[in-house]
Amino acid sequence: MEMQKLYLLVALAPLFGSAVAGLLCRVIPRWLAHTVTIAGVAVSFIGSVLVFQDVMAGNTFNGNVYTWMTTGAYSFHVGFLIDSLTATMMLVVTFVSLMVHIYTIGYMQDDPGYNRFFSYISLFTFSMLMLVMSNNFMQLFFGWEAVGLVSYLLIGFWFTRPSAIYANMKAFLVNRVGDFGFILGIGLVLAHFGSLDYAAVFAKAPELADATLNIWGEQEWSLLTVTCICLFIGAMGKSAQVPLHVWLPDSMEGPTPISALIHAATMVTAGIFMVSRMSPLFEMSTTALSVVMVIGAITALFMGFLGIIQNDIKRVVAYSTLSQLGYMTVALGASAYSVAIFHLMTHAFFKALLFLGAGSVIIGMHHDQDIRNMGGLRKYMPITWMTTLIASLALIGTPFFSGFYSKDSIIEAVAFSDIPGSGFAYFAVLAGVFVTAFYSFRMYFLVFHGEERFGKSLHGDHLGDHDDEEAASDHHHGLAPGQKPHESPWVITLPLVLLAIPSVIIGYIGVGPMVFGEFFEGVIHVDEAAHGGMAELHHHFQGATAMALHAVQTAPFWLALSGVVVSWFFYMKRPDIPAAIQRRFSGIYTILENKYYFDKINETVFAGGALLLGRGLWRGGDVAVIDGLLVNGSAKLVGWVAAVIRCTQTGYVYHYAFTMIIGLLLLLTLWVRV
Amino acid sequence: MSYPLLSLAIWIPVFAGLLVLATGSDRNAPTSRVLALFGAVLGLLVTIPLYTGFDTTTSAMQFVELGSWIPRFNINYHLGVDGISMLFIILNSFITILVVLAGWQVIDNKVAQYNAAFLIMSGLMNGIFSALDGVLFYVFFEASLIPLYLIIGIWGGPNRVYAAIKFFLYTLLGSLLLLVALLYLFIHSGGSFAILDWHQLPLEMNAQIWIFLAFMIAFAVKIPMFPVHTWLPDAHVEAPTGGSVVLAAIALKLGAYGFLRFNLPIAPDASHELSGLVIALSLIAVVYIGFIALIQADMKKLVAYSSIAHMGFVTLGFFMFSAMALEGALVQMISHGFVSAAMFLCIGVLYDRMHSRQIADYGGVVNTMPKFAAFFMLFAMANAGLPATSGFVGEFMVILAAVKFNFWVAFGAASTMILGAAYTLWMYKRVIFGDIANDHVRELADINGREFLILLMLALCVLGMGLYPQPFTEVMHASVNDLLRHVAITKIQ
Repeated sequence: MEMQKLYLLVALAPLFGSAVAGLLCRVIPRWLAHTVTIAGVAVSFIGSVLVFQDVMAGNTFNGNVYTWMTTGAYSFHVGFLIDSLTATMMLVVTFVSLMVHIYTIGYMQDDPGYNRFFSYISLFTFSMLMLVMSNNFMQLFFGWEAVGLVSYLLIGFWFTRPSAIYANMKAFLVNRVGDFGFILGIGLVLAHFGSLDYAAVFAKAPELADATLNIWGEQEWSLLTVTCICLFIGAMGKSAQVPLHVWLPDSMEGPTPISALIHAATMVTAGIFMVSRMSPLFEMSTTALSVVMVIGAITALFMGFLGIIQNDIKRVVAYSTLSQLGYMTVALGASAYSVAIFHLMTHAFFKALLFLGAGSVIIGMHHDQDIRNMGGLRKYMPITWMTTLIASLALIGTPFFSGFYSKDSIIEAVAFSDIPGSGFAYFAVLAGVFVTAFYSFRMYFLVFHGEERFGKSLHGDHLGDHDDEEAASDHHHGLAPGQKPHESPWVITLPLVLLAIPSVIIGYIGVGPMVFGEFFEGVIHVDEAAHGGMAELHHHFQGATAMALHAVQTAPFWLALSGVVVSWFFYMKRPDIPAAIQRRFSGIYTILENKYYFDKINETVFAGGALLLGRGLWRGGDVAVIDGLLVNGSAKLVGWVAAVIRCTQTGYVYHYAFTMIIGLLLLLTLWVRV
Repeated sequence: MSYPLLSLAIWIPVFAGLLVLATGSDRNAPTSRVLALFGAVLGLLVTIPLYTGFDTTTSAMQFVELGSWIPRFNINYHLGVDGISMLFIILNSFITILVVLAGWQVIDNKVAQYNAAFLIMSGLMNGIFSALDGVLFYVFFEASLIPLYLIIGIWGGPNRVYAAIKFFLYTLLGSLLLLVALLYLFIHSGGSFAILDWHQLPLEMNAQIWIFLAFMIAFAVKIPMFPVHTWLPDAHVEAPTGGSVVLAAIALKLGAYGFLRFNLPIAPDASHELSGLVIALSLIAVVYIGFIALIQADMKKLVAYSSIAHMGFVTLGFFMFSAMALEGALVQMISHGFVSAAMFLCIGVLYDRMHSRQIADYGGVVNTMPKFAAFFMLFAMANAGLPATSGFVGEFMVILAAVKFNFWVAFGAASTMILGAAYTLWMYKRVIFGDIANDHVRELADINGREFLILLMLALCVLGMGLYPQPFTEVMHASVNDLLRHVAITKIQ
């Protein structure tokens, strides 16, 4: 088959499935909905494998499918750019999506919106593929907004729950704040590069290295710095970087399969992908890279802290995702784009696995999500237990596991970076290793080991500040006394096992070619003269095995290990210690529990302020001044003048006569004087 | 092209309207409905050749018809379209069909008169978009007010008289200035009412400024621009659904069209001189109105305010003097025709069932009306400018052109990304999502076949234009480029 047709097939197959399942969702039976969507995604996955092989064989593609629009001197296209970066993303997206599709059969089996759900996740797959396969900024923005839309639809999937429909609107609006910056960035690209096609833009970038932009007063800003920061604001929205991260924890209101697919593995990494794709631009602005690195470092460390105090199993994983996205962003700032993409890939597998494992636990627990009500589950859910353990080990960076290779490379790359902010970033990513290990194994121990705490009380006080009921429905929440958790059916455990395999091995296989090899040659551009960290790192690499063995002598390994040990000691051995710490440092705990008050500030200052402003402008401007004073005012003025004049027209002859006499007298006086 | 297509586009709806009127009382309501639909469809069919036969290589007027009307004052029956006006005639004729369908079951009082008013108005509006003679334009422009005034005043809500009079007074103010400007140009040009002649007429700066301001006030009221916009929310709230649809989809475009036909080409130097003023007012429309829309409790008012904000993009696009901005503004006008029509029709669907427009009276509508909720979602997203819908295209073009023009103008314009999404989705959330709010919502019936058909037609337009806007922009290029060339040349001698 001609490759171009294959690209189209890869992108459109999920769209077809989505259309069938969505438009006919009230007509077709469930088996047909899931068959057609899974078939679509499977075709897409197989196609992606073929494309990947083709790219490996040295074939790349950059061409347009159709001209979307021409205007003035510009033309906008829908087209594909297929290279190693695209092919990697396609594989990751379609594979995780396929796993999630299969998993959904089990997870959503009792849900009345079964067909609709399959339609949405297939639509998501299509949108995400359009995003990563794009060869221009316009289509990138298309995909960017389309995945945002599907995310909105899926977070609000259970649309009768107030918390879900609040969370989905919040997610959309916060992302729109990012898009606000993103579209200005795209506008700057078009205005100064004269095109939105990647190839043309990147080719022209060196010419504009010294171009400046007069934004405020006399101050001249570097064009590329402003452009890159605007683009990065878009990435901050989608990839949930501080302070635009607030939507991601709340997005856990959506069903767990989409938390795995959209809010962990794929969509939230779109920002990372975008910055990597724009590496020729970002490389030309060290200032922008510093911003990227510092924002990433803040996210990596401070979001990790929040993971420690969460009791909802999904929220622990959500904060861990935020923190890992911070790691990827730090890697971008360190010009280690290939490492960022590598971590994106490994993270996609083990984090999807972790989420799907959490989903399996949630089903086993009959939709109780509070880890304080769990414990000892390993006996009842062996497959879930093993796969979650693998995912956790990968996440904390255990040598030979996939996460180790990617995360260690990030830490090393930051160590070698010398741009402003790299010192702080290095501290943040190192400290983050301990934090990650601590919260991951806190969750792991509390869920799978120790005392069996389930079935004791029927949804006691575990709901906390957010309403965590799963499913719209008739589900019984939590286990009844005496009831035991049970392992999930094969449609759920099969994806777990299939995801566990790459979670273990992909790092070992991939680190050589992807990070240190020629894999991204000509795709990712690094200015080695200015940002030599990666080149430096390259010299130290002596193969995957040596890297893992060498790790034992490095700080991250011991930090991770101590994180595991401390969490074991705190939560298995001496559960009284965390409680004591919580009491002792109640100030810090309050800050963490309020998530650094971001939500409160947003609600009162931005949302509240906007409403106040709107009300003020309406009452003060439209109602009072324009309508009250000008429109009705002039009408009243006319009426008032008329009323005054009307008074003189009394109809009494003696009034008129009197007026005449007065007038005559006045005239006479004037005449006589002259 | 031997048929006088433009005359047909104008007079077929008008005569169909008169025929419908002749069916008289409500006893013949079914006949009048069918007749009205037939007239509307025929009206659309005759406009199709305008697109298929359109020559995209020239900026000259096409399908020109010229006949003497009042020779004594050199007033002619002069029609023609270019890439700027042609699409609006088709849009208008298309919307007329939807309006007739939308009132099919709902309007049961003075049915013939209702349909006749819409058909006649449709014809007159086609006249506005194709008139090339100043007086002819003025006659159509003023005459089209009458049916709209009647529609609001007769089939409107409880406060309809206030709204109708407010609407009338506002537009009257503009009309008088328009007439003065036309007469001035007639005298100054040595006795010509031909708009195209006026384009070539040399004018001093002072004269240009005055003419510009006179036209601007006339058209700003129609668009409406800040601060002469307050009639629109009231008119929308009181108008029946069909009236709102025509008002938003077509009537607002008349003012914007006037800017392109009169202000820019007749007073190019004044246009440059005063562009800062228009841009400032446009940005106020986008930001100020965006905030006001946020807090509206009445759905129709909210969408009315959102219309004003969207039209702010149109005037913003006009005065940045670049092809992308100008075409973006035109695209935004057409897209707004689809999207605002769809939004008002959606609100109409709810109003027909619940007889309330208050957001607070709704909640959880998706539970009882899932098909409707899906359509409404699409249109809400289009209203918020989501890519792959038509709402995105114009906004995208104008924002991108604005970045090139001035970063801070773009900054203000791009705020619609947040504000537009905020007011639209917040309304959607409160109306559609959630648990069933009350017994009235519980008893709602989902959309019927007729409503489905109307919304489906609009959905296809919204998606089609979003996915492939090229057919819309390619017909504009020649005329837009010519206009920009014209505006760049000074008229001061």
